[in-house]
Amino acid sequence: MAWKPSLRRKDNASPASRIKAHEERRQRIVITPEGVPIPFTLASRGARAGALFLDLAMIFGAMIGATLILARIAQGAGINLNDSNSPAGRAVQALSVLWIIMLFLFRNAWFLFFELGPRGATPGKRITGIRIAARARGKDGGRLTTEAVIARNLVRDIELFMPLIFIIVASVDGGDAEMAAWAGLVWFLLFALFPFFNRDRLRCGDLIAGTWVVEAPKRKLEQALSVGDGAKGLSAETGAQYRFGDADLAVYGEFELQVLERVLRENRTDALRDVARTICAKIGWDAGAGDERAFLEAYYAQLRARLETGMRFGKRKADKHA
Amino acid sequence: MNAGTTGIAQRIGGWFAKPTEAAVAAEQAALRSDRFRLEREGDWKRLDAIVKAMEAGRTRRVSDEDLLALPALYRTAASSLAIARETSLDAALVAYLEALTQRAWFLVYGPRASLWSWLRSFLGGGWSASVRGMALDILIALALMVAGTVVGWLLVASNPEWYYSLVPGGFADVRVPGASREVLHGTLFGNQDQNGMSVFAAELFSNNAQVSILCFALGFAFGLPTMLLLIHNTALLGAMLWLYHGQGLLLDLVGWLAIHGTTELFAILLAGAAGIHIGRSMAFPGNQPVVEAAATAGRRAAQVMTGVVLMLIVAALLEGFARQLVDSTPSRLTVGGFMLVLWTGYFFAFRRGAR
Repeated sequence: MAWKPSLRRKDNASPASRIKAHEERRQRIVITPEGVPIPFTLASRGARAGALFLDLAMIFGAMIGATLILARIAQGAGINLNDSNSPAGRAVQALSVLWIIMLFLFRNAWFLFFELGPRGATPGKRITGIRIAARARGKDGGRLTTEAVIARNLVRDIELFMPLIFIIVASVDGGDAEMAAWAGLVWFLLFALFPFFNRDRLRCGDLIAGTWVVEAPKRKLEQALSVGDGAKGLSAETGAQYRFGDADLAVYGEFELQVLERVLRENRTDALRDVARTICAKIGWDAGAGDERAFLEAYYAQLRARLETGMRFGKRKADKHA
Repeated sequence: MNAGTTGIAQRIGGWFAKPTEAAVAAEQAALRSDRFRLEREGDWKRLDAIVKAMEAGRTRRVSDEDLLALPALYRTAASSLAIARETSLDAALVAYLEALTQRAWFLVYGPRASLWSWLRSFLGGGWSASVRGMALDILIALALMVAGTVVGWLLVASNPEWYYSLVPGGFADVRVPGASREVLHGTLFGNQDQNGMSVFAAELFSNNAQVSILCFALGFAFGLPTMLLLIHNTALLGAMLWLYHGQGLLLDLVGWLAIHGTTELFAILLAGAAGIHIGRSMAFPGNQPVVEAAATAGRRAAQVMTGVVLMLIVAALLEGFARQLVDSTPSRLTVGGFMLVLWTGYFFAFRRGAR
């Protein structure tokens, strides 16, 4: 893979490029074996923290649920811990073995099981829309291996559970509980703040396993905006035919086109009206009110046609300042 | 340029009043990028459906045709993305293709086929190869453990007070300096009728596994805490050895420990070695960047650690059952020795599948 070279423009950066530069800080480009660069967006730290809390809550819930179910069964067997040679006693013994193993699995295998699945994400991560991926290096990099998932989750043990155990042990053994709490806090912060001090937002487990956490976007294929009637310049409402001259279209670039695309897809009346008014003012038109959508669709289709033609000839216009 | 601006759209719009079918639509779409899109949309949607089903874990329900087509469809999407980036200004389309290619890429170049096939390669050579891959670290860990035992023994021998600080209170109960031979002998033998062995074994496993995971994970701090943990735990062993030696029960204690200890101590040795392996690769990364060196070591160590957990299950079973059931020192030593030979042979002599 290749790092995205920072394409930040020198000074006098336009708003378009400034927004892009901000996004680029989180973007990593991975070159697939086919040679196609796919951009990945590193997950935000907030999303990761949220995912962790969700997972912990679910694990905790599952542990309590399992305990309750086993307790219920034990009750059915007739709790008998003293005389363990009776059948009921043996059954209870078997249940407590099951209980210990279940708690161990919930604590250690929850993350493992889900992250090895095709989604590469625990339920918490799925909800926050992120997943794990291998930090890609070289051409064949980026293949998430089972060992990597195991490594990153074993390390979670010292990052998260260790300080807790530290505090519990100290208070049970009658040690200096306050001291232990402070030590536990420092320990915890050390690992919790780790992602803030490296470029790829790795936690210790990610570092050791060679993984990172990225956003897992899911998108529907949106309707093409430039194939409808409106895009042909024909207004369904008024029957008017919008046709823009070269000079009318030359004022905007790709950035504005994409803003316009977003406005059209969101389809909010007031936004449409504002944008239509701005464009009219800019190109010196007076389109009147009430037919903004048709006007904008026509302008969008024709501006895109113009810019894409330019693209094919190697002439790109990034934004209106270019 | 002018042709583009005055809009093929209008002209074509004049020719065809109402677009109906996809084929017609593709032909009559004003923009080349839209024609491009309409021609390939079907493939993308098919890929989308396959990816969706596989992500939801319904791979079995995906038809064979679709599964076979997956790599080709993925490549189509990837090349569509490359083309769309250069020819289309439809931001939503490019974003859709990026997300789709990404998701398909994760599946096509994803993790192993299944956990089962991974387990097979793991047991059939992968594990022992990883263990051999960190031979030096195993030697270091072994040296530390021996040193820890010796230090524990010497400390307690010079001043028995040390015993109480080395051995945690709940652990030692009757086994304290000055205990009579009978008491100590009683802790080693005659526990056959003890109940709750299975619970005991499960607890032991859970506890030991957690300690060994700790041992491994602490390797992150350049392996130093791992080494301290190894020394501390074996110092306890040294203190116990000294205690039983004082009453002439050394060999019996060794037998009592050996039955599960050869497996358990071996597992702890490997966990410690895994921690040291990571620590060492971070402190001395060689020609690689630190981050990559850590990742390579981490993956190898993770494989060893999975094995360690398996070994600890075996150890807990031996400790929970076999130790209580086998009640004479020679037979205990035999079982322990056999396990030791078994593990050593598996790790160092078994080389099938080694690349």
